[in-house]
Amino acid sequence: MTEHASTAAHHPGEGHPANHVVPVGIYLAVFAALMVLTVVTVAASRVDLGAFNTPLALVIAVTKAVLVVLFFMHVKYGPRVIGLVLAAAMLYLFHLIVGTGADYVSRGPVDPRPDRPVVHGEK
Amino acid sequence: MSASSADDLIRSEFLAHHFRNLPEQKEAANLGMWVFIAQEMMFFGGLFLTYTIYRALYARTFAQASHHLDWKLGAFNTAVLIGSSLTMALAVHAAALGHRKATVRYLLLTIVLGAVFLGVKVVEYQDKFVHHLVPGAGFQFEGGDPRAAQMFYSLYFALTGLHALHMVIGIPILATVAFLAHRGRYSPAYHTPVELTGLYWHFVDIVWIFLFPLLYLIH
Repeated sequence: MTEHASTAAHHPGEGHPANHVVPVGIYLAVFAALMVLTVVTVAASRVDLGAFNTPLALVIAVTKAVLVVLFFMHVKYGPRVIGLVLAAAMLYLFHLIVGTGADYVSRGPVDPRPDRPVVHGEK
Repeated sequence: MSASSADDLIRSEFLAHHFRNLPEQKEAANLGMWVFIAQEMMFFGGLFLTYTIYRALYARTFAQASHHLDWKLGAFNTAVLIGSSLTMALAVHAAALGHRKATVRYLLLTIVLGAVFLGVKVVEYQDKFVHHLVPGAGFQFEGGDPRAAQMFYSLYFALTGLHALHMVIGIPILATVAFLAHRGRYSPAYHTPVELTGLYWHFVDIVWIFLFPLLYLIH
């Protein structure tokens, strides 16, 4: 096989022309960032931010997920159609949560039996 | 691209007849895996939605119930799973470079880290049985609304159980891929199974990245 000679022009020193080879340093940097963000998640949960604790935890989790998707899962280097699949999935997820959530907060008790009022939630 | 490596991409024993070359086949396989992952997002999405609604309705009891989970074990497992994602990424990297031994080594490391995660999960589940926090007839909860606390633990077991099930399925897949890698089946031109297993494993990692703060760190 003369793969090495042929690939030198493509990605200096590494890999096959069919692959996008990401330097190991990038994986290590992403790993370090994920670990730091895990510590930040725990630290942020110990500070009382009232209603903002959960949104902050979600922002950090989304940041971590984006790092994993872009670098570990190679979406940054892959064909754009994969981004489309991902965007479509997130759009549906958004509809699912926002649509159902809106229904829950606006509808009130739904039990049709007058003697059995259902009151959800805590006083 | 030299003639020999171009040849490599159209004359592989792994190339199905309906694809022109290996990169095209690989792109189709990756796209298919991403559609599967999109489906998995919907699958977990329903449970995350249920969590969101019950958490909004019973915020106080959910926080009290959450305090019975050990955040240190949760954080430890988060680190273990992130570590396993790193070793998985390095296994794919090694396979793309044709480093057979490194591929096998990183795949085995990924399995070990996955097993450590599941071992910690067993210890955590056992603790819930001992403390009557498993939903059902034996459920006991002091303070707050026991029905809402039971809902928290139902969601805890459903979400972490499905997540753990994904890992229980993932480990034999990793073992199979490691065995085939050891046998020299994969090359820089063809190592799609290693890549797709990696996508699956990273997805499972992402699910946990959301589960950890939502289950262990609410106050």
